[in-house]
Order: sequence, then C-alpha cells, then structure tokens
Amino acid sequence: MEMKMKIKPKEKITRKTNTREMTINMGPQHPSTHGVLRLELVLDGEVVEQVRPNIGYLHRCFEKYAEQLGDYAKVIPYTDRMDYVSAMNQEHGYVVAMERLLEIEVPERVEYIRVILAELQRISSHLLGLGAFGLDLGAFTPFLYCFTEREKILNIFEKTSGARLLYNYMAVGGLMKDVHEGFKSEVTDFIKTFRPKIKELNDLLSYNRIFINRTANIGVLPKEVALNYAASGPVLRGSGKKWDIRRNDPYSIYDRFDFDIPVGTGEMGTIGDCWDRYMVRVREMEQSLRIIEQALDGMPDEGDVTEAVPKRIRPKAGELYARTETPRGELGYYIISDKSGGPFRVKARAPSFVHLSMLPAISKGALIADMVAIVGSIDIVLGEVDR
Amino acid sequence: MKQPEEIFEYLQQKFGEEGLEFQAGDVGESWVLVEASSIPDMTKFLRDDPELQFDVLMCLSGVHYDKEEELGVSYHIYSTKLNHKLAFKTRVPVDEPHVPTVESIWKTANWHEREAWDMVGVVFDGHSNHRRILCPVDWEGHPLRKDYVQQEFYQGITTRE
Repeated sequence: MEMKMKIKPKEKITRKTNTREMTINMGPQHPSTHGVLRLELVLDGEVVEQVRPNIGYLHRCFEKYAEQLGDYAKVIPYTDRMDYVSAMNQEHGYVVAMERLLEIEVPERVEYIRVILAELQRISSHLLGLGAFGLDLGAFTPFLYCFTEREKILNIFEKTSGARLLYNYMAVGGLMKDVHEGFKSEVTDFIKTFRPKIKELNDLLSYNRIFINRTANIGVLPKEVALNYAASGPVLRGSGKKWDIRRNDPYSIYDRFDFDIPVGTGEMGTIGDCWDRYMVRVREMEQSLRIIEQALDGMPDEGDVTEAVPKRIRPKAGELYARTETPRGELGYYIISDKSGGPFRVKARAPSFVHLSMLPAISKGALIADMVAIVGSIDIVLGEVDR
Repeated sequence: MKQPEEIFEYLQQKFGEEGLEFQAGDVGESWVLVEASSIPDMTKFLRDDPELQFDVLMCLSGVHYDKEEELGVSYHIYSTKLNHKLAFKTRVPVDEPHVPTVESIWKTANWHEREAWDMVGVVFDGHSNHRRILCPVDWEGHPLRKDYVQQEFYQGITTRE
C-alpha cells in the first residue's frame, strides 16, 4: 500500500552544546562511504558543522595512461575501470566522443545494440545504488532483491561480451563482436520479469514509513545550488529540474525514443531531499525499460557490427567536449587530438566528482546519522571520483 | 540559442576586439581564446547577461602544451535555459601560470581548479582552498605535465617496481 502522507520538516537543532567542537574521520574504510572516501566531520555534539571530503585514495591517473598509451582504442578498457558499476555507459561516452572526432557514421544495428546495453546497464547500476542505499539505512532485504535482478542483467552481459563487470565491448565505430544468439529473447524475458519487481521494491522500501522518515527533508539540495554546482543526472532531477542529456542534448539515437523524465516533486518532504533523489532513480528504471522495448522493436536483425571500425584511428587536429548521460549524470570527455595515433589530452569529467564536491553545501546542520543517508543518496562511485 | 560564432561577436562588441580570438581545429568544436586577466569580468558577463545566461560550468581542464611551453585552461560552459554551449580557453606561460579563479561564478570550479593545480600546475589566484586534491599533499611535481618524472621515493617507500 502506498502511503502519501507528507513528513513535516523537523525543527532545526540550533542548541549549542557546552562541549568544544570535535573533528572526527568517517572513512576511509567505512561501509557506507561506498569505497575509499574520507570525510572529515566537524561536529557540535551530534550536529555536523562542516564536512571536508578527502579523495584520491583510488587515484590511478587514468588521464596519464590515456596519453602515454599512444592509441585511442587502447583507452577503452581504462574507461571501464572508472565507474566500474556502469562500465557500458563509460565506454559509450568515450566511443561517442571519438566518433564525433573522427566523423564516422555508425551502422544502425550498432546504435540500437548500444542503446539497449546502455539502458540495461543503467538499470543494473540503479539497482546497486538503491539496494546499497537501503542497506546503509538498515534495510537488508531490498538489497538482496536488487542484487538478484542485477545478476540477471550481468548474465546477459556475460554471454554477450564475456565479462560480468568490465566489458571492453564497445569499439570506436562499432562493437567488438555481435551479440550472442538469443539476446533479443533474453532481454524481452528480463523486461517481463522485471516490471513487477519495481512495484515490489516500492512496497518493500520506497514507501516504507521508516525509510521515508530517514530520508524525507534530509540533505535538501535547491535547484539553483544544484545548477551552480553543475549537478546532473538523478541528483539534478531530484531537485525538480527536468533536464536529461538524452533529451536536451541528444547523442546516439536517443532522439527517436519516447520516454518521460521523472523529477523530484517533494512528495514526502521538501523538493530535492534524499527521498526525491532516490525515487527519481526508481522511476527512471521504468523509463529505461520503455526505451529498451522500443529499441528491441526498431533493431535491424542483420548487419555487420564491425564494418565501420577503422583499422587505424588517426583523427585530424582538433578537440571536443562530448557528454553522455550515465546512471550518475553527465559524463564528459574532453579530448584533444594532435594528429598522432593517441590523444594529446583526455580529461574525463565524472559526475560523481562534481556531486561529491557539493557535499559540504548540502550537509551543513545535518545529524551525523543523516550523513550516511546523504552520501548514499548522491550515489557516488569512488573509482570515478578519483579516476 | 546562439552559435559559438555569434557569441564570439557578441563578446567582441562588449569587450572590444583586443585579446579575443576565435579558433577552431580541423575537426571538433571551436573555441574562444581569451586573456587570463579578462576572465573575472568575462565569466560574470557570460553568466549574467540575459542573452547568454551560461548557468552551468560543465568542465574545466588544465592542459600542458609542451611545444609552446605554455599551460592552458579550457572552460566548457552551457546554458540550461537557452540550450547553447561555449568553449573558451586561456593560455599562460609555464613559469608564471597564474589564472584568476572562477569559483565565485560557478561553485563547481572549486574542485576542478584544485584538480588542474594538482595535475598540471596552474595557479588559480584567489582560490579559497588551493590544495592538491587527488595526489597526497606532499607529492612532488604535476603528473600531467609532459616532462613529468615520477619521484623515486614517497615517504621512504619506493614508487617504482
């Protein structure tokens, strides 16, 4: 049963305790920081006065590798390892950028397969994000439900690319190889079984009174602040801004599909709180299913997926910034080419990096226990933050 | 919605032709080259002018141009209201890499600028927290410089295999 009762904002705790301010570390090893992240919390009793995120524990200097490899195609496996829970989307962003730089026309079949894979990956990434968010707040069962569904997607990916998480499947101009036999029917089956599971997740977690109490009115991010911090993806949409790169700055073939953009409405509390950000992700999964259905219908049955893959990648001198919508938000690649076989400079603009930078702005005045909810609701992947 | 050429002409009308240059490569996107000293005024104008309304700084990247012995900073901005984009760049000599911060215009620049300092070594004047971000604070050198040599020891531990 869905309860639509709004929660009133709690009174701000302003009473100063008579103790001195205390600085404590949350992380780097902490189950709810989703990786190795250290937060320096300046506390007044239980109230967070200041947060200083410290990052870099996973830094591998992806950009230096990309420059030194001297080959555009060899960069793809490294992009997988940035956001390791949505590797398909990372690859997709990179190949889209490279194809624009090379001015390559990609075969229809490739575009459709890419969209299906990218949307499946979006669902699997959201399932992990939502499940882990529930787990952070003490709900263990939804986490298992989410992982069961996620596993089905990873099985399809494994059959197609040979890997569960780090695929190296997309290539500049095409794909490494065609999808496996029975791909279409397996994806159709998945859609059929997954639709009712979203409702199950809603019953279990989304409209759970305890969960709502923990997330409504917490970590409120106003729309103007979100834009000033260049937030994107579910974090920006949770603040009520209807903006999606797939719609507002379309790439690949996203302009052909009919889908809605869910936004936060302050249903349970205030617009832009943790619950809104959470719910945008749940509703996005339904929209991804719609896109996959349309893509399965439109996908040509025949066609060589490696036909447009160039033997040598040698773009002319120039540069561009290309962005795509990953499950976490705007992933941008800024690539400078100097006519050689490898990039002169690659910069990856990762959404998690940007979202983490606004953590101090949204968590001032929160209780220390709410920090866990706030960090979970912006759904960061530290591999992408540190690159 | 405006094209980059139109925005460039509009900027020229406002700031004069000196110190502004429109450039493009053989492929990809064009950009406007600006003088580092004009950045505070120009970014404020780009954000607040009703015909431009660039409310989002998508990306800020530091680049080391080793042949010219220069450091560059590239800004990619976007307007969610008018749906147009612009790339602009500034270039400063390697031995005096000072660029004014744009943190007060777009807050997201805070971390991006720290990253550009950490990786390439651009100094952002007026930045509120000018520290390294990805490397440890006592790391030596800037890894994304083309002539970077990795230090042999870090706190007594070898960094090579």
